Amino acid sequence: MGQSPQKAQRAEFRNIGISDLRNYRLPLAGKVSILHRISGLGLFLFLPLIMALIVSVFTSEQKFATAHSILTNPLVKIILLGLIWAILHHAVAGIRYILIDLHYKVSKEGGHQTALVVLIISLALTALFAVKLFA
Amino acid sequence: MNNIKAGTERVVTGAHYGWKGWLAQRVTGVIIFIWVAVMALHWLFASDLSFAGWNAFMGCGAVKTLTLFTILAVVYHAWIGVRDIWMDYVKSARVRMFLHVFTILWLLGCALYGIGAVLAI
Repeated sequence: MGQSPQKAQRAEFRNIGISDLRNYRLPLAGKVSILHRISGLGLFLFLPLIMALIVSVFTSEQKFATAHSILTNPLVKIILLGLIWAILHHAVAGIRYILIDLHYKVSKEGGHQTALVVLIISLALTALFAVKLFA
Repeated sequence: MNNIKAGTERVVTGAHYGWKGWLAQRVTGVIIFIWVAVMALHWLFASDLSFAGWNAFMGCGAVKTLTLFTILAVVYHAWIGVRDIWMDYVKSARVRMFLHVFTILWLLGCALYGIGAVLAI
């Protein structure tokens, strides 16, 4: 392969393994995509907790009070904020996938733009709910 | 073989079951999105966030129905998504089978727990 002298030498990745992940420069759209997976898996694993919160609202005043007292613990609030981020990122990135299905901004630049918008919206909304949660 | 590669005239091959999962993922995703938006707006703007306030809000017919639909949508949505993750990264068929069974039991357990409480109100 001929290489022009001006071009910086970059590592080539083919069939990357786990050890390559640290050096692999994933594009922004790729980061949004893998975060969609990670947030989805996280929500799946925390589903019993989310369900318990919903159930507490439906069952009794005591259960609601118990849930409420657990949720006032700052450590629990941080976990809850993580879940809120996961829901928001998963939702906003999910809308991006539906827009892609509708052929909206399907290009290298367009994908980068929409990925950036997803990150900005989901993080801004997470900040909004963080204020609500810790206020 | 017909060599048309795009458009409505192309010849689609394969087992054809992938598109059902693809469509279900979008439909269920929209249902869950609506529920999340309704809950978030209530949390942000409702004046009464006590048990009585939440209970009255969640117990009204429309929200109750939406919640039941959402629980079922989550089961299907998470099954498709989590199954895809296991299929992509877990190479051992034995481990993958175990994870699939775990995923189904986990989701059904969560759903029954939630549906039971919603219907009891």
